Amino acid sequence: MINSRIQIGLIAGVLIALGVGLTLYKAVSLNLPLLPGEYREVWTVESKTSFTPAKGPVNVELRLPASLAGWVILDEHFVSSGFGFSIIEASDAVSTARWTRQSLDRPTTLYYKMQIYRERSDRALPNMAADVPTKPLLEADQQAAMDRLIDRIAEQSSDNESFALLLVQELLRDSQDQDRLFLLSSYADDSLALMLDTLAMANISAHELRGIELEDGRRRQTLSSLLEVRSAGQWFVINPQTGRVGLPANFFIWQRGDGAILNITGGRNSSLEFALVSNSLPAKAVLGMEQRADEFALLDFSIYTLPVEQQGVFKGLLLIPVAALVVVVMRLLVGVKTSGTFMPILIALAFIQTTLLVGLIIFLGLIGTGLWIRSYLSRLNLLLVARVAAVVIMVILMMAALAVTSYKLGLDQVLTVTFFPTVIVAWTIERMSILWEEEGGHEVLIQGSGSLLVAVLAYLAMSNHWVEHLTFNFPELTLSLLGVILLLGKYTGYRLSELYRFRDMAGK
Amino acid sequence: MVSPLTLRELGILGMNNRNIGFIGRYNQRKNYSQADNKLKTKSAAIARNIPVPELYGTVDYQFQVSSLSDMLHNRDGFVIKPSQGSGGKGILVIVGRDGDHFIKSSGALIDDREVRRHSSNILAGLHSLGGRNDSAMIEALIDFDPILKDYSYEGVPDIRVIVFRGVPVMAMMRCATHSSDGKANLHQGAVGVGIDIGTGRSICAVQHNRVVSQHPDTKMYFDKLTIPLWQQVLELASGCAGMAGLDYLGVDIVLDRLRGPMLLELNARPGLAIQVANQAGLRHRLLAAEKIADSCDDDGEKIALARSQFAAHTS
Repeated sequence: MINSRIQIGLIAGVLIALGVGLTLYKAVSLNLPLLPGEYREVWTVESKTSFTPAKGPVNVELRLPASLAGWVILDEHFVSSGFGFSIIEASDAVSTARWTRQSLDRPTTLYYKMQIYRERSDRALPNMAADVPTKPLLEADQQAAMDRLIDRIAEQSSDNESFALLLVQELLRDSQDQDRLFLLSSYADDSLALMLDTLAMANISAHELRGIELEDGRRRQTLSSLLEVRSAGQWFVINPQTGRVGLPANFFIWQRGDGAILNITGGRNSSLEFALVSNSLPAKAVLGMEQRADEFALLDFSIYTLPVEQQGVFKGLLLIPVAALVVVVMRLLVGVKTSGTFMPILIALAFIQTTLLVGLIIFLGLIGTGLWIRSYLSRLNLLLVARVAAVVIMVILMMAALAVTSYKLGLDQVLTVTFFPTVIVAWTIERMSILWEEEGGHEVLIQGSGSLLVAVLAYLAMSNHWVEHLTFNFPELTLSLLGVILLLGKYTGYRLSELYRFRDMAGK
Repeated sequence: MVSPLTLRELGILGMNNRNIGFIGRYNQRKNYSQADNKLKTKSAAIARNIPVPELYGTVDYQFQVSSLSDMLHNRDGFVIKPSQGSGGKGILVIVGRDGDHFIKSSGALIDDREVRRHSSNILAGLHSLGGRNDSAMIEALIDFDPILKDYSYEGVPDIRVIVFRGVPVMAMMRCATHSSDGKANLHQGAVGVGIDIGTGRSICAVQHNRVVSQHPDTKMYFDKLTIPLWQQVLELASGCAGMAGLDYLGVDIVLDRLRGPMLLELNARPGLAIQVANQAGLRHRLLAAEKIADSCDDDGEKIALARSQFAAHTS
């Protein structure tokens, strides 16, 4: 007994010291701040070029993005095992990455990873010389339809910008106009190509703006396009999907103007996809990374070195130990009764996706309705496993119903209902209803509110900015958490709730 | 609220200390299954000549549920319980028949279908530890001692004795109430009456962790309560410790009118409410019991020492 206490003490002490020591080392020597100061949103963009090789040599050329519209590229990283690799600097500050190989026999994916952040908040694009539009060659009937379309729009517009806007709106609109329908079908519904051709025909300089819509956690994002139109000596950006003017804040420009981004010879079935993760990084650290991009190896201790997808996963995973600590403290030191030991953590993880208030409402709604339906199921005299399975399906149906109705009502937040772990919710309903039958509503209330309390506290801990900052930038602190939890596992003192439970004892 | 210092002085055992210092330290995991499974407890007890309520039969498989009425056709009163139930869950007590219907201990009538449904729920593990599949056991109704009759409402009162290394340490009687639905389970609202190890007389009674002086339904005052055959109760409890192979053990005993004390079930993780019912802490007694257990091997000697050392101050 004494022996195991000493052992636990030693292990916990070493773990805590190791975690804190590494943290301090990083804070002092790498200058990573312990307190979250000013934050920068740093995006890690990983492009994946996949293709199936044909016979013979392979040559893959990927146009690299230039820093535009306030974006700055911090760090670039190429994965090119087995390939000859070079970067070709072109004259117009646009460079191209080239992977080459004599022969290849299986489908391959090439990676290019970079970290970007927005340095300036204004999204102005540098001016660019306008090229004279080259009119497209069209069939006679296409030409006639396009002319009619141009005439109609030109009559309603005052300048190039309003012309382009009207054109986009006209093509987006769900009208039965014959010319519109004919043109779209002859362009195989590629409305962007049609817009570009129409603008060229109307003698307006325009080009495509290709880039990525930045969305945290996306794994298979593809390139999307915007339209840039010249009007009165200036360039305007129009979103061809929505007709909105201006560059969206979350749009990272990969290429301005025409030309292919990906060029593969000796391969087929090529695809270009992007995985995206956003991290809030302390501004100081960002500056440091920029200045010391060469000696970047110093930051090798951090999660940043992992591939993007894993980074995203770890961002969430590293918060779970904090929630586990909350559960341990609440159960061992405070003595809160919860239904299921770690159920509160899962609920708290769902709260992170839904935000607290919406999450609480959805959760209580699901459990309440579930208990109500479950009380009917219990009268049907089903076998347990079948009944729990039935509850799982019910929960899914309720989630679907909730999502559909709220979407129709315009309550978009409720759509996050899908983040609730179905099976856990079903088991919670099942446990609660058994508890209800056996011990009465009182016990359900105690355990239910206990679980919710712990879940909310775990959520507050996990969503705390400082906690997020520490766990992600100093993952070694998880070792310290482990040490603390080990120590708590040997705590034999009273729980807070026992001070209340045994309150009548002091009288004697 | 009480300060932790006061609790420490009183020797109150907390949940964490119970789990690490006693259950985790003294009770071997491999011996749990006998205590957790009432059927195993029963057969082990029969092998050692420890009296237990008669077993009418068991239902192990779902298909046997339909023939349940044949098994029960000549029984008027019986108890159906899960063999691995915890905390008194899933116990159905039938005290008689009224035509086609069964009479529950609360007086409510239920039909055949209800009994079958209860049995299949038990088989599916609804009431069992960890929800694993279980079997239902059908036992004789306990004809409990009339002296205790007025201390319990619609249910059998049982006596819980905490035995540490064969030494009876603390005891309480658990009396069913209307709010506990005839179950002798403290956190469902049963009354716990602390029983003096020395004399078998009541010390104090609590319901929902608060001190009460009379039974909420029968209005009987607890201060006159003395458990009959107290020495036999303690001997039965001590005897079970050796059988179970658990050093820290809760033994639940019922007093039958004809057969005297009978073992109802064992509990490898007995609760802490017994301290409130006795208005005394377990820690000091457990330490004293450790000394007693070290000093002698004989159960009789242990009981005699326990009766003299753990007698309440009032007697």
